[in-house]
Amino acid sequence: MPLLSVEGLRTQFATSAGVVRAVDGVSFAIERGEVLGLVGESGCGKSVTSLSIMRLVPPPGVIVGGRIRLEDDDLLDKDAEAMRRVRGARIAMVFQEPMTSLNPVFSIGDQIAAAVLAHAGGSRHAAWERAVEMLDHVQVPSPRERAHDYPHQLSGGLRQRAMIALALAPGPQLLIADEPTTALDVTIQAQILDLLRRLQAERGMAVLLITHDLGVVAELCHRVAIIYAGRIVEMAPVASIFRGPLHPYTRGLLRCLPHPSRFGQPLSSIDGAPPDLRRVNGGCRFAPRCPLVQDRCRRDEPTLAERKPGHFVACPVVTV
Amino acid sequence: MAIPLLEVRGLEKRFAVGGAWLSGRQRVIHAVDGVSFTIDRGEVLGLVGESGCGKSTTGRLILRLVEPSAGSIHFEGQDLVALSPPRLWATRQRMQIVFQDPFASLNPRMRVGAIIGEPLAIYGRADTAERQRMVSELLDVVGLDPAFAERYPHELSGGQRQRIGIAAALALRPSLIVADEPVSALDVSVQAQVLNLLMALRRRFGLAYLFISHDLHVVLHMSDRVAVMYLGEIVEIGPRDALHGAPKHPYTQALLSAVPVADPTLRCERIVPKGEVASPLAVPRGCRFAPRCPFAFDRCRVERPARRTVGADHEAACHLY
Repeated sequence: MPLLSVEGLRTQFATSAGVVRAVDGVSFAIERGEVLGLVGESGCGKSVTSLSIMRLVPPPGVIVGGRIRLEDDDLLDKDAEAMRRVRGARIAMVFQEPMTSLNPVFSIGDQIAAAVLAHAGGSRHAAWERAVEMLDHVQVPSPRERAHDYPHQLSGGLRQRAMIALALAPGPQLLIADEPTTALDVTIQAQILDLLRRLQAERGMAVLLITHDLGVVAELCHRVAIIYAGRIVEMAPVASIFRGPLHPYTRGLLRCLPHPSRFGQPLSSIDGAPPDLRRVNGGCRFAPRCPLVQDRCRRDEPTLAERKPGHFVACPVVTV
Repeated sequence: MAIPLLEVRGLEKRFAVGGAWLSGRQRVIHAVDGVSFTIDRGEVLGLVGESGCGKSTTGRLILRLVEPSAGSIHFEGQDLVALSPPRLWATRQRMQIVFQDPFASLNPRMRVGAIIGEPLAIYGRADTAERQRMVSELLDVVGLDPAFAERYPHELSGGQRQRIGIAAALALRPSLIVADEPVSALDVSVQAQVLNLLMALRRRFGLAYLFISHDLHVVLHMSDRVAVMYLGEIVEIGPRDALHGAPKHPYTQALLSAVPVADPTLRCERIVPKGEVASPLAVPRGCRFAPRCPFAFDRCRVERPARRTVGADHEAACHLY
């Protein structure tokens, strides 16, 4: 049994201009100790998927269908109190901007200690010692002194380390990292990616990495799911997707990045824009922009099919 | 030898910070500290560096949107720093800027046609009818339907807005465009469209760009030559292929190896610099990169390295050479 399985998840936002089908039938699973990347462009539903797993979709968003199972537990059946015990303890989350999740009026040591107390109990002194240990674990220099610092006193990179320490303190089985390095400079991003890779391997923790950056996926993930307009269009092991992407959208995404072998040459781009998620119905959502489009694409909604070992794609047209 | 389109020498910008100015304890940030480079007609110079390195300030200094504290800026043979306000006003037609955030840089109360036509109106080019014709032409040049002239910025996507910003920058037929992070706010598929447009416009109008970005691959893609900035100074400058194929400065090497490449076969040995960028308020005495540099030795910590030639048209500021 996988650690987490998401089946047919549908999350919608009712707005005055119509119902936005932000996540529309998303299914995937994460094994223990696996790093899965969820990749897509703005508005594709990748963050709403992660918030749905945490049951933290902001109103007017509502999960209208599907199942989310963490081991034996159905997360969508849990009441608010039971769900609160899942968050932090079993599934933790880190965000792009650490200032949104760190409390500005408490020292980082206090915040981590509070998380330890809430989830593991014990004495305040032991919790503080555990907080210092966690800061050391994420390579914050002079952790005993820095534990007294407030978030605003830390640089962006150290703040992100503090947030990772806070998330990992209760020992979650699954870490959801939503664009964890997007706000950071590349040299700091490289340090944080190295840190996440090391922590993941040491703790055998599963990670769901939400990102728009295929480069970050290549660095950190075992498998990757490409999401477009609220649906997964391709899912495969990382080596397989970079060596032989199948879905026309994935191919387009990879080709429109500047690449050392093609500097200065025109980039191929994907014409047009993603569909309005209030007005999607039948057919492949990528069809209006697809170079391989056929009549049946506009009529029949494609489903994910395994076309190579472990490599799933929602496109009946593409040849393997 | 022909004189370059733009020649910048010893450019400096100091900002005073700190609230305690009455007590005289004002501190000074050297945002840009002795930057020199040239751009030829029709050439693209990329300027890359991490947040706070002074790359955007450099772009604004060149247009004198920010007044330099020291140094000279020669554009089309004229010393911009010494120019009187009316002459500066006239010269500025020939140099334009495209900003990162097309959501913030377009006036939400103006129609697209008025936004693009505004520079023409300010400089008294053409009457109203002629301006309308030119706006249609400019929209066509940036790949938009002339009907967009009647729309407002909020009706447009990010990529369309950036095209409007580019059209407005082109209106006065500049010879130099400072492009400050022009694609950083865009999704990758849209980013590719805008980069392709900028390259096509460069060929069509013989434009020179100072192309500023934090994204090393985007800069390498767009530029003939690349300058790498760190804490207010250029640490390496050279032709694109030399900088990418044989980077000399340890910081450039670190930047190149830190960029995640969407291709597992290209993954190389990482040189991750230690720690973080020093505060611009406490700039290291010698080489500014020394505290993070894996190759630093005693001299690096006391003597600031000057830029030296390390190859054809290729310079680096590092004591290793």
